[in-house]
Amino acid sequence: MEHIRTPKVENVRMIDRRTPRKATVGTLYLSSTHTIFVENSEARKETWVLHSLVSNVERLPTNPSGSPVIIRCKNLIVYRLLIPQEKDSLDVVASLTRLSRPERYGELFCFSFNPNLDKELREKAWGFMDLKAEFNRMGIPSNLWHVTAANHEYRLCDTYPSELFVPKSASPAVIVGSAKFRSRGRLPVLSYFHRDTSASICRSSQPLSGFSARSSDDEQMLQAIMKSNPVSEFMYVVDTRPKLNAMANRAAGKGYENEDHYTNIKLQFIGIENIHVMRNSQQKLIDVGDMAAPSMADFLWGLENSGWLKHIKAVLDAGVFIAKAVAEDGVSVLVHCSDGWDRTAQACSVASVLLDPYYRTIKGLMVLIEKDWVSFGHKFSHRYAHLDGDPKEVSPVMDQFLECVWQLMQQFPCAFEFNERFLIQLHMLIYSCQYGNFIGNCQKERRDLKLQERTHSLWPHLWENRAEYTNPLYRTDHSQTQGVLRPLTTAYCFKFWKGMYGRAERSLSSQQSPADCLNAVREESQQLEEELTAHQEVPRETDAGQETCPAEGEENFRGEEEDQQVV
Amino acid sequence: MEFAELIKTPRVDGVILHRPFMPTVEGTLCLTGHHIILSSRQDNTEELWLLHANIDSIEKRFVGSLGTIIVKCKDLRVIQLDIPGMEECLNIASSVEALSTLDSVSLMYPFFYRPLFEVIEDGWQLFVPEEAFKDLESMTDEWRLSEVNKDFSVCPSYPSLLTVPKDIDDESLIKAASFRHGGRFPVLSYYHKKNGMVMMRAAQPLTGTNGRRCKEDEKLINATLCAGKRGYIIDTRTIAVAQQAKARGGGFEQEANYPQWRRIHKAIERSNILQESLIKLVEACNDQSHNMDRWLSKLEASNWQSHVKEILTTACLAAQCIDREGASVLVHGSEGTDSTLQVTSLAQIILDPACRTIRGFEALIEREWLQAGHPFQQRCAQSAYSNGKPRSEAPVFLLFLDCVWQILRQFPCSFQFSESFLIMLFEHTYASQFGTFLGNSVAERAKLQLSHKTVSLWSWVNRPQELERYLNPLYEANNLVIWPSVAPQSLLLWEGVFLRWNRSTKCLDEAYQEMVHIIEYNKELQNKVNSLRRQLAQLETEDSPLQTP
Repeated sequence: MEHIRTPKVENVRMIDRRTPRKATVGTLYLSSTHTIFVENSEARKETWVLHSLVSNVERLPTNPSGSPVIIRCKNLIVYRLLIPQEKDSLDVVASLTRLSRPERYGELFCFSFNPNLDKELREKAWGFMDLKAEFNRMGIPSNLWHVTAANHEYRLCDTYPSELFVPKSASPAVIVGSAKFRSRGRLPVLSYFHRDTSASICRSSQPLSGFSARSSDDEQMLQAIMKSNPVSEFMYVVDTRPKLNAMANRAAGKGYENEDHYTNIKLQFIGIENIHVMRNSQQKLIDVGDMAAPSMADFLWGLENSGWLKHIKAVLDAGVFIAKAVAEDGVSVLVHCSDGWDRTAQACSVASVLLDPYYRTIKGLMVLIEKDWVSFGHKFSHRYAHLDGDPKEVSPVMDQFLECVWQLMQQFPCAFEFNERFLIQLHMLIYSCQYGNFIGNCQKERRDLKLQERTHSLWPHLWENRAEYTNPLYRTDHSQTQGVLRPLTTAYCFKFWKGMYGRAERSLSSQQSPADCLNAVREESQQLEEELTAHQEVPRETDAGQETCPAEGEENFRGEEEDQQVV
Repeated sequence: MEFAELIKTPRVDGVILHRPFMPTVEGTLCLTGHHIILSSRQDNTEELWLLHANIDSIEKRFVGSLGTIIVKCKDLRVIQLDIPGMEECLNIASSVEALSTLDSVSLMYPFFYRPLFEVIEDGWQLFVPEEAFKDLESMTDEWRLSEVNKDFSVCPSYPSLLTVPKDIDDESLIKAASFRHGGRFPVLSYYHKKNGMVMMRAAQPLTGTNGRRCKEDEKLINATLCAGKRGYIIDTRTIAVAQQAKARGGGFEQEANYPQWRRIHKAIERSNILQESLIKLVEACNDQSHNMDRWLSKLEASNWQSHVKEILTTACLAAQCIDREGASVLVHGSEGTDSTLQVTSLAQIILDPACRTIRGFEALIEREWLQAGHPFQQRCAQSAYSNGKPRSEAPVFLLFLDCVWQILRQFPCSFQFSESFLIMLFEHTYASQFGTFLGNSVAERAKLQLSHKTVSLWSWVNRPQELERYLNPLYEANNLVIWPSVAPQSLLLWEGVFLRWNRSTKCLDEAYQEMVHIIEYNKELQNKVNSLRRQLAQLETEDSPLQTP
């Protein structure tokens, strides 16, 4: 509370850039967790903005009508306020700037967020996600793969989960030796097993090969992975970095596998750029979406200049390459980049979505994020700036994964159980720090923070609300929900994600969404089905004079505008 | 002339056909006066049945004695025919070239086509101006139907019947016509029932460099204003282009002479620029090797999307003046046969829910394009693959369809027709068995006796079994004005036309089928429930004497 210089400002105008003349007047409140704008209108519409979701606050020079303040959120929504007194605007900006940059974990919203669950329910909620069950679901043959205790208490690799799947044929010495030869001890372990071909996707960090170093343990580890796929004669090592970057790493004693030292591997570079390139690219893209009344040429030039779609294509191409190797050639793949927690996570999870229909369901996507991102030490706190820290660590890695899924949804409209809203909601929740799932940088850190005791889990909450996130075109017996997806990655197949980056242009609300129409129709059908069953039972009961009360047909075909926006 | 003279080799065996997304077919190639036909002579196999008129250009290649002809179509499809034998290949190529570039309209296929279906409703009689005027009369008595252009002498590109202000006599119309390019004096395009405002269209005034004026023209358009009200003149050209037009006798309305009108200039490009844009766009779409940067920069350089944005923006402006400002509008560019019609027709789609039905949209095309004198035959003579120097070809109508598609995509529940209806229209404007889009004006069509000698597209399309293919399952009639977003990020490339032959639409088609399925299932349930409800009600009334004695 000590950071709030002014808790309440009256006669603030909230400006919609599309209709600047029609600003809404209201009162601005600052709480310890939210900025709240309450309209003076009769509806008293409230807009809640979580402090941890604020990416920056900017004050423009005071003009005769007041002091403009722009609040930009990490989920790319922008609020434009006009505060009558300059002093108030200075206070609001100073308070928000501090409040939106917590210095300690304890300040994050998830530690004070209390959805009224008792202890038992909270524990049960954390148990909702069970990765052991997920590895079981994959049908991993126990004669070829097993869980090693090598990382018990994180002693082999502190950014990995404690339970790791490795080839059964790899001895403990090989496991330890391989970990020693990999950046930060992130040794090759199983990420996904493809039952149809017995090929697997493994992941690691780069080898510490430098110009000439080698490790027979690491070589044996790869051999063991290859051999775990009985029919295959070689395996791919996919280095997701541009070859030049990988070569540069050799000078630092890192690098990539020397094909002469490893038997039967094929090295493949994909060329996904590093986190710094991606951060800059996204900023340029956000600026494009933010332009006021751009011409078509401005827009297309900006889109090209941002390079964003090129990067999305690179990530998707990586996934396509891996999925093809695994599903069509039946060849196992080891994926790595430098540390193996950004590009590697992207490539593995995109490939998994392509390979396995389960990951295209609501539950499946949650499981995939938990597995490939949360458990394998994707640095959520750093990448999404949960705490005030090094801005060079921030990068939209997860954003790109979600966008790859969105691009796939454009090509395969019936293949996904969830809709665009689900992706946008996930994106917001990753940044917002409301739940404990995406706090910290690895499993060990989360354990040390006692997150399961002090915060709540997001997954059951999302699951309960799944009706909101359902794609009406999804059907489990549809051909698109079976087997492997083979997307086209020709340049023209990639689109600007308007739902994510085009939110400055909010006129969408007046437009119609076919998905919402269809959902309403489906809901109505369901009611009709119920009524039908009821009626069919009636003839037997007519004499009893029982009255059936049919639910009237759903009239509202538009997406309902929520009055209260809580973010 | 006999077509046989042009057909040097009527038949070749062992020809291999390559088409997008379909397996290659080997078969016999036949040339007729109007078609290239390839038949594999097996049942159930797809055959090629291509109108010569659909061919935009052809290329020949030879490897040894195997010749290959690449046929590029006006609907943007590219097919390849491998023809054994150099002579046969050369013969086929030169015959097709000759047959696809015949100059005489009366040799076109519509004059030879005999329908295999029974014409229930003659499309030629479907949208006559008298009928449209009856509708207008029911709303207002301020207008009359003038026969001043009965013999097309006042304005050769106008129809014989025109809706004009009641108080303006034919004498004045003739004088006003002499003051407008091509005699296209201001006529009624649309009456906005909600507030009585109107949209008129014309060609540019012939003010020339010395500022000519015409009292009758001024009186004519002032007659459409309510007392004390101002109107808007939307000139589809930039002020610079409009200024330049003065040197060639054209120009724009001077404020001094039209004090009750506010002039707004927009920047819709002229036809030759649009044609260039189409060629560049299709070239970009057809090169699958482009990396992302190159694709985006080619897309931008084609300027196609900019044209879409500019046209839609201008249409929104016209609609806004009418609906929001409560003002009447006059739209013109230079000739009044291209950009003017894009704007007036799109504004009506925004304002008038009737135009979003199939019948209403057909009527709109009849009124605002065919009868309004858009020179379809000139504009659609060649498409994106033409090698020759363009004469007056331009994708003016295709751009209009693209804009309609953009609105349809933003308001997927507001149109009775679906995207496939628009694509069908695009195809038929460039090559068709029907006479609807032949000729450049009502006068030309009358001279060609199209309504006697050819079948109307509408006669075919409006049959229930055909119509079914174009219905939008999401359609829910509404009476609202629909304001499309014209922000660049809201406007997409029309993949259904421009990427149609470059990527399979299987998954998208499946999604569409799924949507249809969901909606049909719902209707089925509704019917069942309704009939049960009725039965129940009946039972209750039958039972009631027993229950309530």
